[in-house]
Parts: sequence; structure tokens; C-alpha cells
Amino acid sequence: MSEPTTIEAAPSDAGKDTIEAAAPVMDIRNLTKRFPIGGMFSSHEVHALQDVSFSLPRGEVVAVVGESGSGKSTAARLLARLMPPTSGEIVYNGRDVLKEESGRASLAYRGDVQMVFQDPFGSLNPVHPVRYHLERPLKIHKKASGRRQVRERVHDLLNIVGLQPVEDFAAKFPYQLSGGQRQRVAFARALAVEPKVMLADEPVSMLDVSIRIGVLNLIERLRADEGISFLYITHDIASARYIGDKTNVMYAGRMVEGAPSGELIDNPAHPYTKLLLSAVPNPHAGLRTQETQARGEIPSLVDPPPGCPFAARCPHVMEVCRQRMPDTTWVGTDHWVRCYLYGE
Amino acid sequence: MATPSSRLRESEHNYPAEPLLRVRDLHVHYLTPRGPVRAVDGVSFDISRGEVLGLAGESGCGKSTVAQALLRILQPPAVITGGEVHFGDRDILEMSDDELARFRWKDVSMVFQSAMNALNPVITVGEQIEDVIIAHGAMGKLEARQRAADLLDIVGIERNRLDAYPHQLSGGMRQRAVIAIALALNPPLMIMDEPTTALDVVVQKEIMSQIDELKRQLGFSILFITHDLSLLVEISTRIAIMYAGQIVELASARDIFERPLHPYTQGLMSSFPSLTGQTEALTGIPGAPPNLLQPPSGCRFHPRCQHCKPIFTKIVPPLVEVERDHWVACHLYTDVGVRA
Repeated sequence: MSEPTTIEAAPSDAGKDTIEAAAPVMDIRNLTKRFPIGGMFSSHEVHALQDVSFSLPRGEVVAVVGESGSGKSTAARLLARLMPPTSGEIVYNGRDVLKEESGRASLAYRGDVQMVFQDPFGSLNPVHPVRYHLERPLKIHKKASGRRQVRERVHDLLNIVGLQPVEDFAAKFPYQLSGGQRQRVAFARALAVEPKVMLADEPVSMLDVSIRIGVLNLIERLRADEGISFLYITHDIASARYIGDKTNVMYAGRMVEGAPSGELIDNPAHPYTKLLLSAVPNPHAGLRTQETQARGEIPSLVDPPPGCPFAARCPHVMEVCRQRMPDTTWVGTDHWVRCYLYGE
Repeated sequence: MATPSSRLRESEHNYPAEPLLRVRDLHVHYLTPRGPVRAVDGVSFDISRGEVLGLAGESGCGKSTVAQALLRILQPPAVITGGEVHFGDRDILEMSDDELARFRWKDVSMVFQSAMNALNPVITVGEQIEDVIIAHGAMGKLEARQRAADLLDIVGIERNRLDAYPHQLSGGMRQRAVIAIALALNPPLMIMDEPTTALDVVVQKEIMSQIDELKRQLGFSILFITHDLSLLVEISTRIAIMYAGQIVELASARDIFERPLHPYTQGLMSSFPSLTGQTEALTGIPGAPPNLLQPPSGCRFHPRCQHCKPIFTKIVPPLVEVERDHWVACHLYTDVGVRA
């Protein structure tokens, strides 16, 4: 374990039951990211993420669901601090990290907050064996020293992610592994630095159907056994229900609804969430006869008009929707929505 | 609303005796320096008029190779090494290049997975539709343009987008344009290879409804290939499940979903988290699909199967009809399994 950066950052069994357990491990406030496009003299901007706030409770899996272009991956990258946000706060363990460590994230933050990417075929270096990928973070973050300790830790990690026999897997090269096995290596690599938070960006969408569940179950196990908090980014709302304690829905750069996963799916409030749910093929429910209400696709994020981004497609659109984005309304226990249908 | 009996379409179950497409014992090998990869290994199925046959399986199971073999558009090192593919009374595998050129698009058309790659980026959508029509000598230039506009109408794109380039259309519209090309010559059979995979769920739903609607209106048959079984529930008449180059189960869509018999199909069914009911812990299927350079002996699913007995690793289970119209290749339903 690296030197604790603050008192709260050092978890101990005693601390878990006290105030610390109640406070979310991460609090994201009004996070906004705009990318300038079109060269030096252009004032056009892609509004990738606008005013997104949510929290990541300790030891829970929070799912973020959205279609491509909704900003969900941008959110994960900002939290991993792979790039700076345009504005907003990331509060990690009570500290406003963007203010305290402006510029590059500290080694401690990078160790505590790890990311697993979508493409297990692109995220491993093809010329190095699995062992190399796991040894590097151990050494950089000084989690193990000496050949023997490093070796044992590598084997531990492979055990945790279910790649047995560990000796064999440590020696394999990425091309010798299936997609699911590669993704497990990616998880093991992230685990090597003993993170508190893992940001998993579509970790199963490139895997075969039959092995997706295995990786989702791994996330659930890491949450339960290692106490890691997860941000699970996905376009698949059924998998969000499967492992997400909470689910937040994103649309065109905005977070429009959030609730405990079961509640969100049983009682969706936002018209977009309803649309999304009606569009999901669900073999367990048989043939759905209901027609989807809205049509069209996600609007352009370049210099978007004011108001709710869903206004153009929404069957319930009102004049006010086109003028200003609604604020958060609470519609149930722990269930919020940003939509004028529910007040304000 | 969805009672078990109304879930899946039953009305379309009675077909004329003569199938539109008849595939028998199809073999396709990829010749690699390390030996032949048996991507398709003895696949047989029929498609009747107006039927939608869903072909589902994981990546590398050979489902796309089957599609390409049916149109004979396989590129080396893939080689069709055996079997018969009859379309009506003609064997596609025996056709000359001229015959093939006339056959493709006219008799069987194909919708590919990625519309972004299927369309030529420097030619307008209208021209790409007209090309197909004119190349087959079906119409003159003016008529073809009229037909292209009508086709855009049919697939739900405004006619004035005829002169749009692919990059000016959204992903969903591009996929619709590709479907319009496939419809251009009114072929009796369309092969759709993952037509919605690159699309978002909402757009996917729209395209699926559109395909369903067009099929009702125009009455063509579809071979619908996908890795996503859940997509097939609404559109398919029958479903074939492929594993490691072979069909392991073939039955009505309803039987596949409600009473899957093959352990692999059962595993696939327990791989989808549900949106309704209790959240149950799912198991998926342990292991990974095999390397087809050296496929497992006997039943190819045996290394991942809970029901495996030693004899199953030696004998290949044949695809047999264990119930009416329900075919399974699994020793649990053969004499070998009963004796073991």
C-alpha cells in the first residue's frame, strides 16, 4: 500500500463502520467538458458533457447507461483524469482533487482510481506476456518488490480474476488469450495497484455473449470481496440492472435520470429512459407489441441549442423544454430526474 | 399482453413443400499455413418462402462464413470444400461467374454488418442504388432513378436524400440505405449479417421494425445472422444455433426460447440478464469458444459442457430430430448418451 495521501484515504476495518462508510468515495459535481473543433479561429465546440453530477457510494456499483455519443465514456475519462474537465469538481474522499492537484493527477490518485477499457484487444501490448503487464504497475506503484514477491503477487492477481492455472497464464501472450481472458488480464492489471475505485468503460461489449456474464460476475465479486467501488459504463441497460446498485441514464451529454437500478427500470420517469427501455430486445419478456414513441437519433453535440437535449424527440415536449434545461426533481426515494414533466 | 402462445408467430409455420434455399453438408475451410481452419463443417438447413431463419452464434462460429458461401463471395484463403447449396433447382456452387453475377442481388441480396463500409463514400446514395438496378439491366437510367427514390421512401428516408453522400447520413440512415440497395431488385431471399450491430438500441429497434414491416409487405425470406439471440425472438420463424462450425440446434423460435435442448443453447439463454422479474445470478458458459484449427474431438462443445461423459469426447453427435421440427446435435438425446 502506498503512503496515504490523506487520513481518510487509508482504509482500515475500524474506519469502515464510521462516518467514512456513509460518505461516497467519489462525488462528481457539475462536471462539464467541451472540445473545441474546427481549428484556431473557429468558435465551435462539442459539448461532450454538460453539468453532470452524481456520486459513487463506497463499495457499490454505479452504472451509467447511454447510447454512443451520450458522453458516458467522456465522464469515465475525466474521472480517471486522463484529461481535464472544462469545469466542475471531482471530490475524491472528501478532497476536491482538481483544485488540490491541478495539472497531472498524482501517483496516489492514479493508483486509487483505475480504469478498464472496452477493447481488450487494443489495451494489451502484443509483444509482452501477461506477466509483464501485471509486473509493471506493481513496480511503478511500488506494490511489490523483489522477484519473489512480485511473482507471488502476479499469481495472486491471476487467481483473483480466475485465470488458472496461473503459471500458464502468466507466460501467455495476448494473442494466445480469448477476449474474455484478455479482459480478465485488464482487470488484474488494474487490481495490481490496489485501487479503491474502478472505472469500467463498456468492459463486456466486445466480448462474446456466453462469456460476458463471467466478467460481470467478476465485477460483482471484486466489489464484494475487495470492497472496490465501480463505475460501470454501458449501453446495455439489462446488464446495468444485473450488477448496478444504482443506474444513471445519460443522453447527449446530460445525465437525465438516476435511481436504484430496479426502481429505474420498473418506474422510469424520463421520457428518454422510457424510450430506451422500450427499445431493448428482451427474450425473457417475449414479443413486445408496444411501439416506440420517439424516433430519430441523438442530436449533434456541436453548439447545441439551449434546453433539454431530448426536446427534439420527446413526445411530451413543451415550450419551456427548448429554453432551459430543467433542474433535478426528486420523484422517489433516491430517484431523481431532470424533466419538466415532474415539476419545477 | 404476451401470453406464451402469442409471443411468437405461429401463423407462418406452414410452408410449401419445396424450400427456397436448400443447404446440404456445406464445408468451408480457411487454408492457413498452420493447417485448414474448418470454419463451416457440415452445415445443412432449408429456408422456405416467406420464412425468417435466424442463425445465431458467437464470433468465430462460422455464421458469417455461411452467409458468404451462399453468395460465393468468400475470398481466399477461404475455400468451399464440399456440400450443395440449391436455390430453387440451381446449385449455387456449380454456377459460372456470369450466372453468379446475374444471381446476386436479383435472387439473393445481402445486407452487411457495417453500412459505413458497405457504402462507397464518394458516390451518392442514389447512384449506388441505381447502379445495382442498371447493372442488372432491369431499367434505364431515368427509371432507375425513380425506383431509387421509391426505395428510399420504402425504407423511410426522405426522397430528397438521393443526392446525399454516405457521410451526410446518420448510422441508422446508412443502414436503411443499404437495405434499400438489397431491396432494389425485389429478391426472394435476403441475407442479413448483423444488420444492426453497429447501431444504438433505439435505432436498432426502428430498423428491426422496418425489416419486419417490409417482409410482411414484400414477402421475401430472410437469413438473419446475429450474435444477439435476443434480437431473433421478435423476427424469426425458426432459429439455428451454430457452435464451432456446426449447427447444434435448429427449431422454431419459440422452442429455442422456451425449451432449448442443447446445453450450449441453454447456456446462451442464461447469459442474458433480464429486464424483468427477479435479478438472478447468471452463470453464462464457462471457458471460451474453441480454436477451429484443432477443434475438440467428439462433441465440439464437450470442454465447456457440464453433462459431458467420456464417450462424448470420442463420438460426434449427429443433428437429429428429437421432437417434431426440433433438431439437436447432442448425445444427451442419442443412443450413445442413453447407454453412457
